[in-house]
Amino acid sequence: MAAFGTPAGRPWQGRGGSAGFRFTLYAAVAVVVMYLDQHQHYLEQVRYLLQAAAYPIQLAVNSPPAAWRWIGQSFESRERLQAENARLRAAQRDLELRSMRYEALARENGELRGLRAALPPVADRWLAAEIVSIQLSSLRQRLLIDRGAVNGVFKAQAVLDDRGLIGQTAHVGPWSAEVILITDPEHAVPVRIERTGLRTIAVGAGDAASLALPYLPANADIKSGDLLVTSGLGGVFPEGYPVARVTEVHRDAVQPLAQVRAEPLAHVDTDSEVMLVWFRADRPTAPTPTTGKSLGELKSGIPSLQPQAVPPRPLSAAPGPPAATPQPARARPPAAVGRKQPAEPQATEPQATKPAAAPNATEPKAAIPQSAPPEPATPEPATPEPATPEPPRHEPPTPQPDAPHAKEQQ
Amino acid sequence: MSAPSGGRILFTAFVALVLTVLPLPPWLDVLRPVFLVLAVLYWSVNAPRTGDIALGFFAGLALDVFQGPVLGQHALALTLVTYIAVREHQRIRSKPAFQQALIVFAALAVYEFVLFAIDGWSGHPVTSPLRWVHTVTGALLWPPVAAVLASGARGRA
Repeated sequence: MAAFGTPAGRPWQGRGGSAGFRFTLYAAVAVVVMYLDQHQHYLEQVRYLLQAAAYPIQLAVNSPPAAWRWIGQSFESRERLQAENARLRAAQRDLELRSMRYEALARENGELRGLRAALPPVADRWLAAEIVSIQLSSLRQRLLIDRGAVNGVFKAQAVLDDRGLIGQTAHVGPWSAEVILITDPEHAVPVRIERTGLRTIAVGAGDAASLALPYLPANADIKSGDLLVTSGLGGVFPEGYPVARVTEVHRDAVQPLAQVRAEPLAHVDTDSEVMLVWFRADRPTAPTPTTGKSLGELKSGIPSLQPQAVPPRPLSAAPGPPAATPQPARARPPAAVGRKQPAEPQATEPQATKPAAAPNATEPKAAIPQSAPPEPATPEPATPEPATPEPPRHEPPTPQPDAPHAKEQQ
Repeated sequence: MSAPSGGRILFTAFVALVLTVLPLPPWLDVLRPVFLVLAVLYWSVNAPRTGDIALGFFAGLALDVFQGPVLGQHALALTLVTYIAVREHQRIRSKPAFQQALIVFAALAVYEFVLFAIDGWSGHPVTSPLRWVHTVTGALLWPPVAAVLASGARGRA
């Protein structure tokens, strides 16, 4: 048939009406499906079924790499396995030692917050899942894992590996779930800068090795090497898990916002297993607890702290206003700082409330004193011990804002 | 060429789907054409009676399940492209391979544009220019893909 200039002619006729008619029909169906998927959630069931149907294919498609890995592992030499075993043993011992200390810290933290007992652990339950497939393109950063609804996995569940946060589940099928990574360009995770407590949002950059922090003002207190942890805001991620380390801070005099890049701590490309985590949403995750009786105590405590906290405050409070939601309770840095050596001469505070501080100074884990400005004011000097002889003042000038340094000087 | 059976079309579509979702390193992933779209285009042009708009719709739906943020996105895009191909199949079929590749490029561009538009509309804007790369590689790979599909159709049909 002569190619050019041939009139289109009448639409091709086939079964079920003209092509145009069927096109309209299918297009309409597609549009309706899209609308329902986007705006309502009627299609969750359909998605669930489709995900179930797709899983065998996904498994099959990913079996060659998996088989390759399996073969590689089966033929590993004895020496390598022994070396790995030794390394894991060492790592486990290390972790055990650290977790011993963790218990003490958790209790202490609970006391600091005015709770009577140690806080319950953030995570209730863990479930390991194998990675079936990884998609790391600049458009989509996703994982498929081999756990689904039958294992209790739910949508928007936090996923971690042993080094840090990975992402959250986006679609859950019966035996599989799709995880959207924190580096996906569509994903944002609320984070807190561990050093200062400043809160912001880390957005995926479509690159497995970087996150962007686009909402920090140019004068924000952030520097390369800062650790970002989950802030617990938003309720999807448990609070306090490491997310990324800041690699690059670029401040441009012309631009109101700093350009900050961070590198995720989790290494999805080398992992073969990830952890799904269940955590209590009702736990006081964010610095200002909203539930439990701790609420009352903290509420009554905090306001009275305010006036005395003058010197330490600026550190974390200053950068706050534009980016981070100003939360008074969190403004004091002690959380990170608190677990310092016992018996700091914190009582050196010139404040009149000294007596209240003193008992703490005598306690074995008197980390509290680091947060001295707040401490004295807490209206619950539960153990009013006679003031012990206070160490002499070492730093007559105002206490350093960042307590670690203050400590080192002594 | 005799009309291939529906089974053959489904089989090739399935293989193409597997090729489309096969895990690849990122740089190769960007270059990878959407094989399923190429296969659907081929059958729409060469067997418009068997491979129909329905083929495009369901193939698109399958793509949605594997990689769509919104269910129905690929289905709509592929339905549109299939419709154009079915409508114009006689004119496309008679062209030499080179011109066919150009037409395929245009069809892939339309396909990607629909995806792009829906991405924007549904709040998942991905503006990276990399998303357009596969239209070029798809057009470049069209002659071999068409040859493979044609030989399969001739050899066993």
